Amino acid sequence: MMDEIQRKLMAEVADLHSMPEGAYNIRANGISEARNTTANIDIISKTDKSGIDIRIKDGTKKESVHIPVVLSESGLKETVYNDFYIGEDCDVTIVAGCGIHNSGAKDSEHDGVHRFFVGKNSRVRYVEKHYGQGDGMGKRILNPVTEVYQEAGSYVDMEMAQIKGVDSTVRTTKAELAEGATLIVHERLMTHGEQKATSVYTVELNGEHSSTDVISRSVAKDASEQIFEAAIVGNTVCNGHAECDAIIMDKAHVVAIPRLDANNVDAALIHEAAIGKIAGDQLIKLMTLGLSEKEAEEQIISGFLR
Amino acid sequence: MLEIKNVSYRVEEQDAVIPIIEHLNLTVGDGKFVVITGPNGGGKSTLAKLIMGVYPVTEGRILLDGEDITELGITERAKLGISFAFQQPVHFKGIKVVDLLRLASGSRITINQACEYLSRVGLCARDYIQREVNASLSGGELKRIEIATVLARGTKYSVFDEPEAGIDLWSFQNLIRVFENIRESIQGTVIIISHQERILQIADEIVVIEDGAVKRQGPRDELLPELLGTPSAANNACSRLAD
Ligand SMILES: Nc1ncnc2c1ncn2[C@@H]1O[C@H](COP(=O)(O)OP(=O)(O)OP(=O)(O)O)[C@@H](O)[C@H]1O
Ligand SMILES: [Mg+2]
Repeated sequence: MMDEIQRKLMAEVADLHSMPEGAYNIRANGISEARNTTANIDIISKTDKSGIDIRIKDGTKKESVHIPVVLSESGLKETVYNDFYIGEDCDVTIVAGCGIHNSGAKDSEHDGVHRFFVGKNSRVRYVEKHYGQGDGMGKRILNPVTEVYQEAGSYVDMEMAQIKGVDSTVRTTKAELAEGATLIVHERLMTHGEQKATSVYTVELNGEHSSTDVISRSVAKDASEQIFEAAIVGNTVCNGHAECDAIIMDKAHVVAIPRLDANNVDAALIHEAAIGKIAGDQLIKLMTLGLSEKEAEEQIISGFLR
Repeated sequence: MLEIKNVSYRVEEQDAVIPIIEHLNLTVGDGKFVVITGPNGGGKSTLAKLIMGVYPVTEGRILLDGEDITELGITERAKLGISFAFQQPVHFKGIKVVDLLRLASGSRITINQACEYLSRVGLCARDYIQREVNASLSGGELKRIEIATVLARGTKYSVFDEPEAGIDLWSFQNLIRVFENIRESIQGTVIIISHQERILQIADEIVVIEDGAVKRQGPRDELLPELLGTPSAANNACSRLAD
């Protein structure tokens, strides 16, 4: 059974206060705590390595899968392989996320390798939250690898957030899109203390009229460091847009690296990056409403990361 | 009562000191409706920002209801009861209209109450309440939301910097009603910076600021005919060039 700490982590990463509806697999301290499958969604443990296969039947609509992971044992290190096989004409929501509580001296690390095979004309909404807590010396480390293979006409919307408490992250996301497929990514990131976060996206637009929009909003506080790299490869007539918008504070360090790679005259690729401190006039406006400078700053940041 | 006593504001640029406001004196009585006007670059917006504490005065004192607020910051002045609608409203990423109105009102007002403020500035609340206060809003819409934040605060002193700029003709009458309402409902003191004759017409008092100082101040009936009779701004500029 899960304890209080694990339950709090679950609420943070998956908004779960009780067992979710639909299919789920809950992993706590390296063990599958609870699992539920439905008529359309099957979850099978891998036999060769740690992880699960999630198989979603053709035509599955309005169903969801929750696969939260919580770690509360200091020093636990794991690499987990989860593969999602999503059939054709589906419309599903997948909620992942990892919460680490580390109150010990040893580093805790969860490296999730997620692969998505999205069938023709399917729509997938993917939500992933990362969260860390605990006051131990041990680090909380998360290195997610996400691979997305989209078949013709599919639509994937990924929302990835890491707002608090993760000491070190290297996020690697790769996607390959077939004809008419669309990938939307919204990343929200906040780093503080000495945290380091790297996020690398590579999206290959291989099919005609495929498109992608990769949007990152981040806030770097204290002496934290962020590196955002977005590479979009346009191999045919396609549309790609990447945007990195960062607020830098204190002694933080933020790097944005755009890479656009067009192999076709009809590939329209755009990259926008902006790094700057909180605009003075925004602070002033909120202060004229009676907020202190600190309160104004908090409002601006929480709005920005919404 | 708001008293501005011998206030100067100067900025340093390279080795030069540029005077923006010089020895300005102005008293605004309680419940008064004062319109400040004058040529572009005369120092009106700067004065408003000195009142709100956005800029520090270089010299002089500012008193609010007898209390010296010269050294107070923006937040403290806001809490003492001064509100300010900027000439150029600020954009935010991610902050919604409803958030701004809630922050302004200082309490957790309901959506309905927030909508009420929008209606008063002539915006269909349903369409705007959940919008982000960003560049996707038109200039006039942002201006109205800016005014609504001041209404939501409901403080004793309200300063509006060219509130009518960019607002269409139909709404003008409603806007004037908004100002009259502030005076009636909360017995507030309203200071409006404006170039508009129709706003000048509803003032109790008119103040003309030029070259960083009060050039004229008096009751509307006295000043307005005089102002409308003066040579055009263009003539002024030309005569200055000729000097
Ligand atoms: N930081 C600064 N450095 C240099 N000049 C400044 C600075 N701030 C204001 N000024 C100048 O001070 C003058 C007064 O500006 P202000 O914005 O107060 O004018 P205004 O009366 O509000 O004009 P308008 O009617 O055009 O809004 C202008 O000439 C402006 O260029
Ligand atoms: Mg001005």
